[in-house]
Amino acid sequence: MAAEQAKVDPMYQFTIQALGGSDNWELAGYNIAFTNSALWMLITTVVLFLFVLGGMKRELVPGRWQMMVESFTGFIDNMLEANIGKAGRKYVPYVFSLFMFILFANLLGLLPLGVIGVHPFTFTSHFTVTGILAIISFSIVLIVGFWRHGLHFFSLFVPHGTPLPMVPVIAPIEFISFMVRPFSLGLRLFVAMMAGHVLLEVLSSFVIDGTNAGAGFGLLVGLPSFLLMIGICALELLVAGIQAYVFALLTSLYINDAENLH
Amino acid sequence: MPQIAQLADTWSSQVFWLLVFFGITFFVIGKGMVPKVMDTVASRDGQIAADLAAAKAARDAADEQEEAWRVKENENRAAAQAIVAKAKEAGAKKSETKLKAAQTRIDKKLADAEARIAEARTAALAEVEAVAVEAAQDIVKTLAGVKVTKPVATKAVKEQMAHG
Repeated sequence: MAAEQAKVDPMYQFTIQALGGSDNWELAGYNIAFTNSALWMLITTVVLFLFVLGGMKRELVPGRWQMMVESFTGFIDNMLEANIGKAGRKYVPYVFSLFMFILFANLLGLLPLGVIGVHPFTFTSHFTVTGILAIISFSIVLIVGFWRHGLHFFSLFVPHGTPLPMVPVIAPIEFISFMVRPFSLGLRLFVAMMAGHVLLEVLSSFVIDGTNAGAGFGLLVGLPSFLLMIGICALELLVAGIQAYVFALLTSLYINDAENLH
Repeated sequence: MPQIAQLADTWSSQVFWLLVFFGITFFVIGKGMVPKVMDTVASRDGQIAADLAAAKAARDAADEQEEAWRVKENENRAAAQAIVAKAKEAGAKKSETKLKAAQTRIDKKLADAEARIAEARTAALAEVEAVAVEAAQDIVKTLAGVKVTKPVATKAVKEQMAHG
């Protein structure tokens, strides 16, 4: 009986596997195997490149594709201008790359390619990846902050109008909340993506196990689970966009702190 | 949870390939392509703004010309009206003169006619008087057999005629 049971491990989808015998690739003593995660980073980069390339026709009257690319750049441009001001324009390349890279990674990871036997890998569901992106954002904040304001950047930890006796209390709190930013930034994306994929996997195991257990269970458990999966897939598409947006938005807000202090 | 279970084995590969591909994304797409896309948008916005400004300028020019045309038109109309008024005045004066001349002629004719009528009347009255005197003489001679001289009869007739 145990042999017949479908083996659905909701966590298996996050397993990293080295591809094409690259297990032992090393660089300066560190392993740099070309894994399925790296493959999907490559796919994301290529797809994003092709997407933006379609918007490079530079026509005066844009076609649909060009319009789409321009609305994404305009969206990032507006967000940065609203949050940072005129100085925000120079961060458009970074925030655009960040937003689109995460968005495309999230969406590509949701593609139902399992149907044809290829399994998409959502590398944004790994905190090593989201953590690095968060650290890059946080480093930009630190570099810009100290570059522009020098040691005056520390006044960020004393909000405007804090009474003097409160400063020793407020400053550590502000400092801790500042230092937590990269963790919250990276973990939020990682958790949201992982939770969605686990949920879909668990529901799909209900469908498979329910149907295997007989027609009655299939109708009772499998069908509702399947309908729920359809709804959750739509929700996941939404989450994919929202998480990319939140990551870019928070990055721009943090950069605003560095550009303009409080 | 593979994220933690495989952490020791895979973190360096994850970091390396992420930096490679995100680096490519940033430098090729973000730095290379996005500014061009935004340039296109900016140049289009500039073009639209310029076109709108040109259209506005053209409209202003048209308004100006219309205004100038209106002023000229008003002037022309005023001039035309002045000419009409002058012509009217001249006509009125001419006809007045003509009328006056005609009136004078008529008045003269009228005066002549009245004079002739008065003459005729006087003559008629004199004749009537003479007839009346003769008649009075005849009547007195027939009735009283008295011969009245002409002066006496004339006097009596005149008296009677004056009384009506």
